[in-house]
Amino acid sequence: MAEFEPVLLANIHKPDSHTLSVYRAAGGYAAIKKVLSTMSPVDTVELVKASNLRGRGGAGFPCGLKWSFLPKDAPTVYMCVNADESEPATFNNRILMELDPHQVLEGIMIGCYATRAQTAYIYVRCEYPTAYKRLHQAIQECYGAGLLGQNINGSGFNLDIYLHRGAAAYICGEETGLIESLEGKRAWPRIKPPFPAIEGAFRKPTVVNNIETLANVPHIVNRGADWFKSMGVPSTNPKDPGSYGPKLYCISGHVNTPCCVELPLGVTCRELIERHGGGVWKGRKGKMAIPGGMSMGLLTEKEFDTPLDFAGPGKVGCLGLGTAAVTVMDETVSIVDYLNNACRFFAHESCGQCTPCREGTSWSSRLMTRILSGKGRLKDLEILQSISQSIGIMPGTTICGLADGAAWPLKNALGKFRGELEEYIKKTNPGGYQQEEPAMALVELAHH
Amino acid sequence: MTTTTAQPILTPQMRAEIEAYFPRYPTKQAVTLPALHIINEHLRCVPEGAIPELAKMLELSPAQVYDTLSFYGYFKSKPCGKVRAWVCRSISCSLRGGEEVLEALSEKLGVAPGETSGDGKVTLEFGECLGLCDFAPAMLANDTVYKNLSVEQAGDVAAQLKKQADAK
Repeated sequence: MAEFEPVLLANIHKPDSHTLSVYRAAGGYAAIKKVLSTMSPVDTVELVKASNLRGRGGAGFPCGLKWSFLPKDAPTVYMCVNADESEPATFNNRILMELDPHQVLEGIMIGCYATRAQTAYIYVRCEYPTAYKRLHQAIQECYGAGLLGQNINGSGFNLDIYLHRGAAAYICGEETGLIESLEGKRAWPRIKPPFPAIEGAFRKPTVVNNIETLANVPHIVNRGADWFKSMGVPSTNPKDPGSYGPKLYCISGHVNTPCCVELPLGVTCRELIERHGGGVWKGRKGKMAIPGGMSMGLLTEKEFDTPLDFAGPGKVGCLGLGTAAVTVMDETVSIVDYLNNACRFFAHESCGQCTPCREGTSWSSRLMTRILSGKGRLKDLEILQSISQSIGIMPGTTICGLADGAAWPLKNALGKFRGELEEYIKKTNPGGYQQEEPAMALVELAHH
Repeated sequence: MTTTTAQPILTPQMRAEIEAYFPRYPTKQAVTLPALHIINEHLRCVPEGAIPELAKMLELSPAQVYDTLSFYGYFKSKPCGKVRAWVCRSISCSLRGGEEVLEALSEKLGVAPGETSGDGKVTLEFGECLGLCDFAPAMLANDTVYKNLSVEQAGDVAAQLKKQADAK
């Protein structure tokens, strides 16, 4: 197989890759020019629809279809760009924003033209100061070059792009949480419907897209939907939109060379580790891996051959492809430590709006603290199991999917590593592991 | 919340910076987060007394501003150190020793996570995934990224943080 030529990361190794002149020298802003001079908004939506580009932020919703939901006659439409990348182990959007911000801006421009939005807000997490600065400079350059503002390129199209900084809350990555936060409120996700396409930011029709999703758009305009569909894993039935195009995979944890690499959708976890992550570190064996950010659950070593496309991880019991951020854990890692870290994260980041999530994540974390400290009981595993089955959109108990993401590490750890969990509890609490009476919870040992 | 304010907390400069955000949004409430960031940058915290002043600017009740502010753990009511250092404790950093680095830095600086050193220079905190997993374990100190940390470097890193504070 010929070596894949990066598309999204084609420019990042050039000196000053974040500047307008370097972006332009590589053919940048040809796509928006083409769109403005030869395509209608409907044409643009149809092109992206035909490419089957699916959202890269985690849910995998078809981008063109999402754009087509926006009313065509609304006087005001907003675009919110989700740059609140906070899913543990995910940093692909940071790389795009820091090293090729103009590619991102061109995608935003085309998306706004297609959806008739005249204002875009990029919601950037405050932990990304360099990305924020680079985007800020790039936006200034665009205004200077007549690529933003009124009547862009004499086309009659107007667009303003503003940066909006987050304040360290994971829930702002949920699209309606992001909208609430943008409006100046606590980031409590909204009950849907209405979906943002009908009633979003400031009660106006709103499209919310991820950074990487939008970065794909100029390339689809330049090279066509067929080019995009020449990569990846084809659709298997008419209801499946397939897994097409290039994808940024993050590889971190116990590998020799943690990195972000661009590949056609569908690479296996094992190939990522061996070919791109430099193999498991310290000459050790892999034990397990997170397939696409913490929320997606866990692959065992035997499942490393799972293709990381939109359908792959689900076939081995994971929640999905998520952000395609792989975290590798070697044979020395205890499942208890992994699960404690996962539960602590979700307890810290639950927004508190829905009781099952607030209480479920918090009690999971406390139970894991108790198990970790050698006071666990087998009964605790039953309680964890019951929590994992009762919190989330899927059981219908919460407004957003944060709780599903909190449930999945529990489900997969209990399903795939139950023996190790039981063994740990028996070994560390030989006198009490069989107790079933209510027991004192331990607050977290680490700082919460 | 204090009702008698001899000296306003928001300076004319802060007010001007906040007002510059108004044309960007269809509501003044949307300026809440930008305004909190502006106040925080000037004062390294958002004092309680600033809330009614900001609420007035944004045509909100102080309770609305406080509701938003208190949701985001980012804004503190007492000043942080000149350098605010976040050591990542999420999975990719934790697997490569992030929590041990936090502990070692905590010892070298003589503060528990969440506290500020006695000289007011450094606030040490844990962070949830900072998106620096390719440099794990990592730390973000103001706008500076510290990459591939180790427990052995903790003494040097603590000294660098103090130097960073002095340069500010």
